[in-house]
Amino acid sequence: MLAAIIALAALAAVFGIGLGFAAVRFKVEGDPLVEQIDKILPQTQCGQCGFPGCRPYATAIAANEAEINQCPPGGEDGIVKLAELLGREPIPLNPENGVAKAVPTVAVIDENICIGCTKCIQACPVDAILGAAQQMHTVIATECTGCELCLEPCPVDCITMEPIADTPRTWRWPLPASEPQTAEAA
Amino acid sequence: MSLMQRLFNFRGGLHLDYRKDMSTRHPIRVAPVPPQLVLPLSQHAGAPAKPVVKVGERVLRGQTIAQPDGFVSVPIHASSSGTVVAIESRPIPHVSGLAAPCIVIDTDGRDESLPAPEWAPVDDFSALDAKTLRETVRRAGIAGLGGAGFPSFIKLSPGRSVETLIINGAECEPYISCDQQLMAERADEIVGGVQVILQAIGAPHCLIGVEDNKPDAIAALRAAAAQDERIQVRVVLTRYPQGGEKQLIQTLTGREVPSEGLPLDIGLVVHNPGTARAVYRAVRHAEPLTARIVTVTGGVVAQPQNFEARIGTPMQFLIEQAGGYVQPPGRLLMGGPMMGFALPSDALPVIKSTNCILAAAPGELRPDEAAMPCIRCGACQEACPVNLLPQQLYWHARGGEFDKTRALNLFDCIECGCCAQVCPSHIPLVQYYRHAKTEIWAEDREKRKADAARERHEARQARLEREEREKEEARARKKAQLAARKADADSSEAPPAAGATPADGTDDPVAAAIAAAKAKKAAAQTADGSAATDDPVARAIAAAKAKKAASTDNSNATTPADDPVARAIAAAKAKKAAAAAGGPAEAPVVRPRKAPPSDDAVAAAIAAAQARKAAKAAGTEPADAPPADDPVARAIAAAKARKAAAEQAQDAADPVAQAIAAAKAKKAAREATTAPASDDPVAKAIAEAKAKKAAKEATASDNADDPVARAIAAAKARKAAKDAAATPADDDPVARAIAAAKAKKAAREAADKPDGAS
Repeated sequence: MLAAIIALAALAAVFGIGLGFAAVRFKVEGDPLVEQIDKILPQTQCGQCGFPGCRPYATAIAANEAEINQCPPGGEDGIVKLAELLGREPIPLNPENGVAKAVPTVAVIDENICIGCTKCIQACPVDAILGAAQQMHTVIATECTGCELCLEPCPVDCITMEPIADTPRTWRWPLPASEPQTAEAA
Repeated sequence: MSLMQRLFNFRGGLHLDYRKDMSTRHPIRVAPVPPQLVLPLSQHAGAPAKPVVKVGERVLRGQTIAQPDGFVSVPIHASSSGTVVAIESRPIPHVSGLAAPCIVIDTDGRDESLPAPEWAPVDDFSALDAKTLRETVRRAGIAGLGGAGFPSFIKLSPGRSVETLIINGAECEPYISCDQQLMAERADEIVGGVQVILQAIGAPHCLIGVEDNKPDAIAALRAAAAQDERIQVRVVLTRYPQGGEKQLIQTLTGREVPSEGLPLDIGLVVHNPGTARAVYRAVRHAEPLTARIVTVTGGVVAQPQNFEARIGTPMQFLIEQAGGYVQPPGRLLMGGPMMGFALPSDALPVIKSTNCILAAAPGELRPDEAAMPCIRCGACQEACPVNLLPQQLYWHARGGEFDKTRALNLFDCIECGCCAQVCPSHIPLVQYYRHAKTEIWAEDREKRKADAARERHEARQARLEREEREKEEARARKKAQLAARKADADSSEAPPAAGATPADGTDDPVAAAIAAAKAKKAAAQTADGSAATDDPVARAIAAAKAKKAASTDNSNATTPADDPVARAIAAAKAKKAAAAAGGPAEAPVVRPRKAPPSDDAVAAAIAAAQARKAAKAAGTEPADAPPADDPVARAIAAAKARKAAAEQAQDAADPVAQAIAAAKAKKAAREATTAPASDDPVAKAIAEAKAKKAAKEATASDNADDPVARAIAAAKARKAAKDAAATPADDDPVARAIAAAKAKKAAREAADKPDGAS
């Protein structure tokens, strides 16, 4: 009887110490939720969600102040990922926030029309427009997120959104055309 | 067989029907120079090269026509002499079938080489150091000729000690025989290349692995390598995919390349025999890579054979050289039937990685049977040479669960096609894997882009905050200065200053206007006004106040107030608006709320400041507006510009919008006509009448910006008119005359133009 108690107590002590040590030694610094949400958001910084950028929206989602379906650039994929992360049900994109783009776009400045007013430069959330007052402006295409925030301030409407064309390097293999039926269906 | 020669084996794989003898009946034939060469700028893995020739330029064989752009890139050389006729997007032999930038050369048939090569040929390369050799290989534009097209010079700078160089002469894919014939016919050059590579990477020895179905190649290589005991020719079993880099390594050394690793990770470097030969020719003969061996074969090719073809030769030209088609091809592939890809047409150029052009008769290759459901037989798993789970990969790839395919080591798949070959349900498994791979790459790209965007956005936020802070500090400094100056000023100036103070902090133009008007009134009341006028300090204070109010008002907009561009826009718009409106540009139109009679300098300063503010609100500065000499006129221009800008910000190019904006501007001007009420009795009278009318209009009409502003404007206008009537005439008759004339003109125009806007 006593031997059993002592044995169990000893075991408990050993395991307790072991677990306690492990808890301290191998402590995993979990990503704060906002960071994780922000990582899923597409970082276009377009403000279509109604928040001034992706991070404020992530903060609002984490605080349960916003739905997860307010990000059109993230599309359905983004909503599904957010739903997975937050343990919520995926919901369709809120049409009030806009519609997902079929193809990614990039802003293109028509340099012949541009008057060099710098308004688009101030509007760009990622500083992807180059130029100076009375100098021609141009978009750094690789840095443009396609947020369209530069369209509105342009006094001469010289900015257009162009779809990003596939190149041999960005081309994706499609799924085979004729998908075999599933065993269940057959 | 000695122990040294012991061969290992890899798991899985298949025995296929090789059909290589179709194309090995003739020796390698040097293909003639085609009439036109199309050289894609991206024939290698890595960044596309940058053209260094212009359209219309004559080029010679071996001349560099595109320079590498970045580290993982190689130059491109003209394959023959001729004229550059285009640098444009052309379809390239790529699985996507997309077009990419190419340099197009119309050959002149003379095939003239450069008078002197771009670097010196070296007879005894053993004296050269590794760096020179690498540089030579890079300048020669050599990219792996086995198919992947990885820049070879990078593999020559391993950055660590290399145990063994392996030359992959297995060439396991059916139909293809370019390496086989090259090894049989140019074994000495390959061995020479091996020696150069050994020198460059500092490896002690080399293994040349050749499948046992190529006896002529084995014999030739053994003979060529007999003098060099560092080089051994190893005969390996004929089994697909023996020519896979990792499979050959496993066969020759018994070691496995780690998952998602490179052969270099285990101290090995693998090159293709064609690459070795190109290296030899680059170093020994200073020849850049302008030609390669291409197998033209398949059931519908009249005389299948191997060509030494210029890079950029159209495939159809080579097929014609091989006797053309005996019947229309069922499938046209670049590469072999297992790992090659379908080409949309034969009007594509041969590039550095084109090893084979396969024109197969319908049904010659794997029959195109419709895919059936997976029966989970596991045959694919048994055939897989890299120990993957093809079936699991298939399910996940099909379901879009790409992270799971990645966890199942999708990226170790060599896309050999064994699984699809053995699949009894004819499921195109490899395409699923390729789909999953490209989707994952795309996702990674997006992720990287998002990270970059986040970083840039955060950097921008930090910058804006910093700027705001600096502005705040500057503002505080200015305020302190102002306070100091105020203390110096005459006590009689205090009331206006005090009256104007509330405007400082406000960001509402209406409030600013009220403050300005108050200041003016106070100034008029304090004594006789002339005292105030003559005091430059008071004037300056008022102006500064007004300016500050204006800048506060615009603190959210970062447009620099004095931005000449903005000014130019404003001026242009004002002009345009005026022109469209029938020319009231000269009319002394001021919005009622800033109607102070310009008889006193303080008021003038205020007006000027307000004008500036108004202009700023429109992102503009009135200095360029035509009547720049007169503050009233400036204010007019600014107001107009602002209005026009606000109204027509949408589309200046659109004539309709322009017209509307102009009409609105005109109306605003007319509404305000009353204001500038000058000191001339006639003008004053007109002004009074106008002010009343304006007030009435302003309250009634729907075209003012907002009801509050409208009401205030109306009140202001009335008061301004009264003030104008009451104040003694200005001392400057010229200004008075101008103002009167302007008022008259404005009145006339206002009368002429019916209420067209709104």
